[in-house]
Amino acid sequence: MALRDWPIQQKLTAMLVLISGLVLLLTSAAFAGYQYWSLRSATRDAVAVRGRIIAANSTASLAFANDADAREILSALRADRHIVAAVLYDKSGHVFAAYPAHVAGDVVPVAPGPDGYRFERGLLIGFQPVEEAGSQRLGTLYLASDLGAIYETFRLSGVIGLAVMAVALLAAYLLSRILQGTISQPILALAETAKAVSTRQDYAVRAPQLGADELGALTDAFNQMLSRIAEQKGELQRYAADLEKRVEERTHELQERNESLRRNAAELLAANTELDAFAYSVSHDLRAPLRSIDGFSQILLEDYSEKLDEAGRESLQRVRAASQRMGTLIDDLLKLARVTRAEIRTEDVDLSGMAREIVADLQRTTPERQVEFEIAPGLKARGDTRLLRVALDNLFRNSWKYTAKQPAPRVEFRSADANGGRTFMVRDNGAGFDMKYADKLFGVFQRLHAAADFEGTGIGLATVRRIINRHGGRIWAEGAVDQGATFYFTL
Amino acid sequence: MNAGKILLVEDNPDDVALTLRALKSHNITNDVVVAQDGAQALDLLFGAKAAALEGELPAVVLLDLKLPKVNGMEVLQRIRADDRTRLLPVVILTSSDEERDVIEGYSLGANSYVRKPVDFVEFTQAAKQLGLYWLLMNRAAPVPRKP
Repeated sequence: MALRDWPIQQKLTAMLVLISGLVLLLTSAAFAGYQYWSLRSATRDAVAVRGRIIAANSTASLAFANDADAREILSALRADRHIVAAVLYDKSGHVFAAYPAHVAGDVVPVAPGPDGYRFERGLLIGFQPVEEAGSQRLGTLYLASDLGAIYETFRLSGVIGLAVMAVALLAAYLLSRILQGTISQPILALAETAKAVSTRQDYAVRAPQLGADELGALTDAFNQMLSRIAEQKGELQRYAADLEKRVEERTHELQERNESLRRNAAELLAANTELDAFAYSVSHDLRAPLRSIDGFSQILLEDYSEKLDEAGRESLQRVRAASQRMGTLIDDLLKLARVTRAEIRTEDVDLSGMAREIVADLQRTTPERQVEFEIAPGLKARGDTRLLRVALDNLFRNSWKYTAKQPAPRVEFRSADANGGRTFMVRDNGAGFDMKYADKLFGVFQRLHAAADFEGTGIGLATVRRIINRHGGRIWAEGAVDQGATFYFTL
Repeated sequence: MNAGKILLVEDNPDDVALTLRALKSHNITNDVVVAQDGAQALDLLFGAKAAALEGELPAVVLLDLKLPKVNGMEVLQRIRADDRTRLLPVVILTSSDEERDVIEGYSLGANSYVRKPVDFVEFTQAAKQLGLYWLLMNRAAPVPRKP
């Protein structure tokens, strides 16, 4: 496992142990170096002290050339097992006495070297001048000591050092195991919390805050972040819920509107059906009693004429006229209803041709009237032929009727647009009307003239308007009393 | 005048009276047999009351549309469905000139469709012309004999 993949606890422990070990090692090395150096100087000092003592003791033997005495003195060195050789040289540099008695020749230099103590070939050697108190040099003492004392002490120190190091490392390890928790626990807790958040999407969990240090601050920040996320998530959820609710509301509203539209359509259909049934019933049932009224009035006039006086006969005539007028009214109303109910079949309509046919029909049925008609050629429109014929017929009959008292009646039908567009006009020079009442012109049962002057039911122009409206067009009129009237319509 | 009879199918007694008067005033003397509803008309043509027509078919049937029990269109359908009366002249004589009635009447095989005018003078004229036409001018198809 790569170092960076180690669990943080191991990393921390390893780090602490490593640092402790390194510190210990460096300390030990420094100490060992110092000890080595101090041991060497201590050993040298000790050997030098011995040398000076032996040299002091040897002055008499050398002065009196008593070599037995000298050997006696040297043999005292036996007490120090590290002294491997000692030699006394006389004034001329010849070996005077040696210790041990048969010391190996290679250990003993043949002549004394320069004074002083030094380490050479694994030994500590020293040449000590032997002098009388009066500073007369008598000879030289040579001492050679092995370094066993140093090595022994050093080895012991090493063993102790290693033991201390082992104990120290163990202690460091144990301590780091305990102390790393203060760093790793919050991190582990954070990691655990982050994992819980990411896997369970649970923003309600919180990392435990174990201290006020940077990790505590981090934990705190993390927890705050979680709070913010939870808050924002909640807000988002609220928005989403709100949105959903609103969508639902709108949907519901739309459904209600649809339902209401459907109901309206159904109601309209029902109303239409009802109107249809009503019209049918009117058509069949309302005229029958009128026929009876008219019929039996006529029978009275025919069979009982002599029993009635003039007033009685006139009354009966009035009854008959009224019933016939009502018959016409019913018929006109039914026509209006039919126009309202009729299905529109759009096609090209030759209005000019249609107008000429209507005029021909009028002239045939009322040959006594002489009305001058001017019909512009080539007037065309798109619409329902039958309905447009009813409309045009009504307009022409209207003009036909209201020009009755005009000596030179004249009616024209043409486009009102300069370029022959979709606005048409029917103009007459008849009785006209007061513009004050222009809005009443197209109302059902609205009449602007007395029945005595001009007959009518007040339904004709209402029918025309209904037809034009059903074609998506508009109709309006202009006129003045006795100045004629002009009807405009668009298709 | 043709000995043929007129079968008037009409529920309104006023209309019956007016029609009879109109016919008579023009010296159309044929017997007019009146059925007051559709069921009676069918009875007269096919059922127990056929005796009133003395086993003969009428020269023409004047048929109102709005009738109690069995309406005019149904009567017409029954007449056209039967072999014996299949070719019998039937004139629809009614108050209405609703387009759908006219279309349905002709579709079911009516020979003519006449709307009763409100004006009695016009009505009398219409009755006269009907009587003259269907009783005098028109040549009816022979009645198929029952095997």
